[in-house]
Amino acid sequence: MSSDKPTARSMLRPPETASDALTAMTVVMQRDLKSSFRQPQDLLNPLLFFILVVMLFPLGVSPEVEFLQQAGAGILWVAALLSVLLSMDQLFRHDFDDGTLEQLVLQPQPLFLLVLAKSLAHWALTGLPLVVLTPVLAVMVHLDGNSIGVLCLTLLIGTPVLSLIGAIGAALTLGLRSAGVLLSLMIIPLYIPVLIFGTGTVMAATEGAAVSGQLALMLAFLVLALTLAPFAAAAALRISLSNG
Amino acid sequence: MWQIFHKLGSPKWFYDIASRLMPWLLWIGAGLFVAGVIWGLAFAPPERLQGNSYRIIFIHVPSAFLAQSVYIMMAVAAVVTLVWRMKLADVFVKSVAPIGALLTFLALFTGAVWGKPTWGTWWVWDARLTSMLILFLLYAGAIALGKSISDEKSAARAVAVLVLVGVVNIPIIQYSVEWWNTLHQPSTFTLTERPKMASEMWVPLLMAILGLYLLFGWLACLRMQTEVLIRESRTRWVKERVEQGGNR
Amino acid sequence: MAFDSFEAFVSMGGHGPYVWACYIVFFVMSFVLIQQSRARRRVVMQDLAHRQNGADTAKTDKAGADFARVDPAKH
Repeated sequence: MSSDKPTARSMLRPPETASDALTAMTVVMQRDLKSSFRQPQDLLNPLLFFILVVMLFPLGVSPEVEFLQQAGAGILWVAALLSVLLSMDQLFRHDFDDGTLEQLVLQPQPLFLLVLAKSLAHWALTGLPLVVLTPVLAVMVHLDGNSIGVLCLTLLIGTPVLSLIGAIGAALTLGLRSAGVLLSLMIIPLYIPVLIFGTGTVMAATEGAAVSGQLALMLAFLVLALTLAPFAAAAALRISLSNG
Repeated sequence: MWQIFHKLGSPKWFYDIASRLMPWLLWIGAGLFVAGVIWGLAFAPPERLQGNSYRIIFIHVPSAFLAQSVYIMMAVAAVVTLVWRMKLADVFVKSVAPIGALLTFLALFTGAVWGKPTWGTWWVWDARLTSMLILFLLYAGAIALGKSISDEKSAARAVAVLVLVGVVNIPIIQYSVEWWNTLHQPSTFTLTERPKMASEMWVPLLMAILGLYLLFGWLACLRMQTEVLIRESRTRWVKERVEQGGNR
Repeated sequence: MAFDSFEAFVSMGGHGPYVWACYIVFFVMSFVLIQQSRARRRVVMQDLAHRQNGADTAKTDKAGADFARVDPAKH
């Protein structure tokens, strides 16, 4: 049962080289990816939610081409943001429930690297599929080819940032009642800059302006998130676990 | 010098110093604030473009300034909580967060109402107001998280982490919102842009700002004293203060 | 005075409702917060005093029950 899965315990030895840390990260990522494939419904839910939210706008507001072309990028971005947000709660929950999380915290490898690994695995399982699905939905909201391309690019850069920042929220609300709503309340203000630049870039592209500047800025967000967010999330994990 | 730092960690020292400071903070603060407001309301000249509605500025700007300053103070306290584990720092954050949230709400409300006679709408998604709204959400998140965690020490540190993450994001958020605003309103003049002010206008404004800061200091001391009494209720010095009793 | 009359002051050139709404909301909500803070401190003080008095009598009363002492010699 659990003997074929690489458990956290098997990593327990003092760090000798940087490759140790890298190995640990790979193990964590592989474990997360494998275990999610065993329960594919966790993969599907964010995707289905994404589709459903996008559907609500033509239905609730207006299916007219003009409106959808103008609002489409924003609608898709908001829907993607909400889908990632909804799945953030799961990031640490399974490990928390079966005790693996405590083992991870006790590892000699730096916790922030392990958190980084988990965040990236989470992105691979939620954000990345959303990016793959985006062209289909973008056609449904009548976006033109160039805009679709830029939209996918902004989502590709932006969704990892969402996973990384979301990890902080997930760590802070670990084990709390009503964690879902609290997590959303805490994280959404932090998501807003990513959203603004994601959609702003696409709109600039639609008007024909050059977007390399905005894309560079989004990459800067990504670098910032990659370097800082795991530290905050690791600190938050330690606090939440000491709380019991 | 380190002596002061050490004393700062002592709840008893804080309690006694606060008791002595509070009357000064209250009376000087209230005096300055009320004087500034009355001057601004009744004696300052009407503004060239906006007429008399600009008088809202005398409570809008102090609220907005203070709302932002308080969050930064909370961030500093958060660092102290995480690095030095000083209890008083957490007491500060817990006591002051609701004050900051109220100030942000008042800044939003006065800002919005100011918009109606000036721009014709109750709400305008301009950079300043939108940033204020996000700041309000940051406060709400910190308060909600603090109330959700039952263990005092963990709550202190969790809120500290959240406040720090928030404060790092504030410049990013402000930059993004300003950029977003220029996208959608090419001819920007922010609703809350301060008009060039004659001295009859900015002197009372300054008085109101300073007065509100002092009043904030008074209220922060008051709320912190209450929290300290609760946390240190088993100590002898608290018992002594309680016996001396009354509202000091 | 920037206004000719009290009526002019209240109406603020037509902007009265906006200006006064702001000031009233500001002061009312601030007072509510202040009063809540003061009331809470008072309650905490009273609560602690009450518990302390209870603890003091419990210390002298070895039986641990709270009943009035009757001195048989006086009756």
